[in-house]
Amino acid sequence: MTATAGYGQALDLITRVGGVRGAMLVSAEDGIVVAEQLMEGIKGAAVAALAASLSTRLRRAMEAAGVGASLFWHLQAEQGALLVVPTPNGILVVAVAEPDVNVGLVRLELLRAAEVVG
Amino acid sequence: MSTRAVEAWTLEPLVKFVKEAGARLVLVMTSAGQVLAQHGFSRAMDVMSAAALGAAIMASTDEIARQMQQPPFAALNHQGERHGIFLAGVMTGRGRLIALVAYDLGASSLGLVQLFFEQLATDLQAASPKDSVPKQVLAADFERELSDSLNTLFGR
Repeated sequence: MTATAGYGQALDLITRVGGVRGAMLVSAEDGIVVAEQLMEGIKGAAVAALAASLSTRLRRAMEAAGVGASLFWHLQAEQGALLVVPTPNGILVVAVAEPDVNVGLVRLELLRAAEVVG
Repeated sequence: MSTRAVEAWTLEPLVKFVKEAGARLVLVMTSAGQVLAQHGFSRAMDVMSAAALGAAIMASTDEIARQMQQPPFAALNHQGERHGIFLAGVMTGRGRLIALVAYDLGASSLGLVQLFFEQLATDLQAASPKDSVPKQVLAADFERELSDSLNTLFGR
């Protein structure tokens, strides 16, 4: 299986969860999209750039706090949620979801996808 | 860091872009390298060098595209260890302009610069004077024009 086909399958696992509007693989350093499966209307480039920017700042804050590397983060907003798992090779596995999504299930699939990618 | 413009309509879009994208240095110039606005430069010599080099890079990539029988490339990114350079063209009522953006990888990213560059392009298109004929800078006036522009860009 090619890397890109593997990435597609990894994203499939996430988007199958009810309430997930889209999933993406994002370069943490560059903030650009590596692969994506998004519902219409979601601005992939904007989500990728902002998720990577937030991830960089979070990493620095966690290093400063001496709590080690981030394994999963969940940003809850009024009209949706952003769930992210960073991988050791510098890729962020990102899910954009409805506000009432089953966070535990999405987290599980993000971690599985991160194993495929990382 | 100061942001200054030779042509006032470029100032507001540039200030907004710098704030949002976290850019360190920005030049907005014509394809010939004539600077319309700058952010972050402290020396006139640096502006002149960066403008000349940026315009030359764009001219080179335009020629490569022409030889490949393709439309001009939209943007070019060159990333180093700590900094990145993003160079892109934008069509405005003032003609085709070039934006040269240098960003710190610790404070920004290619994704952020690309994202907010789209907004900069839209804002410059909207703010640019419509149906204006690009002013020709004659050889005899070149030095005076350059000197006037640099004085404006550095508040002299």
